[in-house]
Amino acid sequence: MSNSSRRFYLVPYLAWIVLFVVAPIVLVAYYSFFDVEGHFTLGNYAKFFTPVYMRMTLSSFWYAFLITAISLLAAYPAAYLLTRTKHKQLWLLLIILPSWINLLLKAYAFIGLFGTYGLTNSLLEAIGIGKQQILFTDFSFVFVSVYIFIPFMILPIFNALEEMNPTLVYAARDLGASAWTTFRRVIFPLTVSGVKSGCMAVFIPALSLFMITRLIAGNRVITLGTAIEQHFLVTQDWGMGATIAVFLILAMAAMMLLTGNRKRGAVNARKK
Amino acid sequence: MKQLVRMFAIVFAVSLGLIYLTAYLNDSEGYSGDKTLTIYNWGDYVDPELLERFEQETGIKVIYQTFDSNEAMMTKIEQGGTTFDVSVPSEYAISKMKEEGLLLKLDHDKLPNLKHIDPKFMNLSFDPDNAYSIPYFWGTVGIVYNPELVGDLTFTSWNDLWDDQLRNQILLLDGAREVMGMGLNALTYSLNDTDEAHLQEAKAKLKLLTPNVKAIVGDEIKLLLANEEAAVGLVWSGDASEIMGENDKLDYIVPEEGSNLWFDNMVIPKTAKNIEGAHQFINFMLDPEVAAQNTEYVGYSTPNQSAMSLLPEDISGDERFYPNEELTGRLEVYDNLGKKMLAHYNELFLEFKMHKK
Repeated sequence: MSNSSRRFYLVPYLAWIVLFVVAPIVLVAYYSFFDVEGHFTLGNYAKFFTPVYMRMTLSSFWYAFLITAISLLAAYPAAYLLTRTKHKQLWLLLIILPSWINLLLKAYAFIGLFGTYGLTNSLLEAIGIGKQQILFTDFSFVFVSVYIFIPFMILPIFNALEEMNPTLVYAARDLGASAWTTFRRVIFPLTVSGVKSGCMAVFIPALSLFMITRLIAGNRVITLGTAIEQHFLVTQDWGMGATIAVFLILAMAAMMLLTGNRKRGAVNARKK
Repeated sequence: MKQLVRMFAIVFAVSLGLIYLTAYLNDSEGYSGDKTLTIYNWGDYVDPELLERFEQETGIKVIYQTFDSNEAMMTKIEQGGTTFDVSVPSEYAISKMKEEGLLLKLDHDKLPNLKHIDPKFMNLSFDPDNAYSIPYFWGTVGIVYNPELVGDLTFTSWNDLWDDQLRNQILLLDGAREVMGMGLNALTYSLNDTDEAHLQEAKAKLKLLTPNVKAIVGDEIKLLLANEEAAVGLVWSGDASEIMGENDKLDYIVPEEGSNLWFDNMVIPKTAKNIEGAHQFINFMLDPEVAAQNTEYVGYSTPNQSAMSLLPEDISGDERFYPNEELTGRLEVYDNLGKKMLAHYNELFLEFKMHKK
C-alpha cells in the first residue's frame, strides 16, 4: 500500500475524531470561560474551588471509587468461575442480558423492589428483621450502581482470564506454589490488563452518574454529573456546567495516563 | 475483508429498506409532511383519547413529545432542530420566551372557542391581550399528606413541615423555584424575593428541614406518595389530585402564608411548521366538552368556564383545587427573575440538596 492511499484511508477516521471528539472538547472548554450573561470570565473556575463544588467533587470520587471497588470484588470471582463452567457462553449471555434493558427501566424496577412496601422489605419482615429504609440511602445508590456496571467489569476480566495460558497455572502448582500464591503471582498479574480496563469502564461513567442519584438516592447523593445536568437544563448556566465538565475530562485523562503507562511498558517488554 | 464488505452492504441495505418501509407506512395512512402536528407538552398532561379524536376529526397525525421542566423545554426550542408546533410552558417561561423571540403571534380569528375562557384568566401580566398564549390549566403548589401517617398533626402553615414528628417523612419536588419559594413563604417573604439577606435566611431555614426530608425527586413523587412511601409531599395541585385519585386517604392543602399560583399556556413556538394545524389544535382543546374531559383526566384546574359547568359538582366545587377569592389573593405568580437571579436560586437549592442528614 502506498503512502498516499494510506493517508486517504485515514481521512474518515480523522474527520470523525475532529468532529466528534476534538470539537466538542474544545467547545466545552470555550463555554467554560463565559458567565450566565455571556461575558468572558474566569469566575467559573474560581467558583469550582469553593467548598460547595469541592465537596461535590470529593463525594463523586468517593462514590465512584466505592462502586468500582465493590464491582471488582464481585466481578473477579464471578469471571473466574465463569471460565471454569461448562456452558461458558450461556452464562456470559445471562450476565450480559440485563445490560440490554434500558437503565431507566431498571432504576424504576428498583424503586418498586426497595420501597417501604416492596419485595425486599416484605422479605426482611418475614425473616424477622423488620422494615428498613432502603430506598434513598447510600446503600441503595451503591448497590444499584454496582448492579448496573458489573457486566462492564466482568467482560474484560473474563476475556483476560480466557486468554491466559492454563499451563502456566499448572506449572506454578507443579513447582509447589499454593493456590493463593498461584493466584497472587501468576493469575492476577496476567489478567491485570483486564482488571484495568474493567475499572476504567466502571469508574469513569460512575463519576458522572446522574439519573440514579435522583431516582434511587432521592438527590441525597449529589455528584458532578447531577450538577452538570442542572446547569445545562435548569439554570442554563452553561459556563459553570462546562467548567465542571472540563474538570471531569481532566480527571479522566489523568486516570488514563496513570493506568495506561505500565501497559505500554509491558508490551515493549514482550517485544524484547 | 470480503466478508466485512458484505456485512456492511447488508446493514446498509436493511437500513434503506427500513427507511423506505417507514415512509411507505406513513404514506399509506395519509400522514405526509404537513399532515403532522408535533406537540411538546408535560408528561401525562392531556387525555390520549382526545388526541385520537383530534386525529380522526382533522386527519392530522399527532406526535406527542414530553418535557419535565420549563427550562429543559426552552433549551430545546432555543436550539431549534426539532419541529414543535404546539408547546405548553408556564407563565414565567412565556415572558422569557417572548423576550427571546421564541414564540409566534396567535391569530385569534382562528380560535373562536377562546370565548369560553374565564375573563379572569385572560390578559394577564405575563402576556397582555394573550397575543402569544392561551391558558391551558392553572393550579397551586401545596402540601399533600396522609392523615394516617402523620398522627395528630394538622397542616395549615408551611412551618408545620418543620415539625420533629415528620423526621424522614417528606418528599420534595426537584424544583429550585418551588423549594426556595417554600422557604421564603415559610418566613412570610414573597416567593419572588431577590433580597440577598432574605434568600440566605430562607436557605438557613431550609437547612433545618433537612432531617425531615426523605428525598427530592421528580415525577416519581406521585407514585411514591400514592404508595405511602412517605407521609408528606410538596407537590403541584394537579399531581396532588392525581395522587388522591389513586390513594383516597391523602389530602391536599395550600398553606395559609400563601403559595405559588401558576398557569400553563398553549403557545406556538417559532420552530412550528404546521401553524394552521397548531391553531386547529388549540381551538379543539378550548372546546368546552373537550376541556371538561381533559380536566377530569389531568386533574388540574381548568380556566374554561363553559367546561366548568359541564364538570361534576365534586370537581368544580372542590375548594382545594378551585380556591376561594380570599386564598387566591395570597397566591403569587412566579416572576421572571432573569438568568442571573435564577442561577443564584439554583445555586442555593444545590447547596440545600448537599446538606447531609
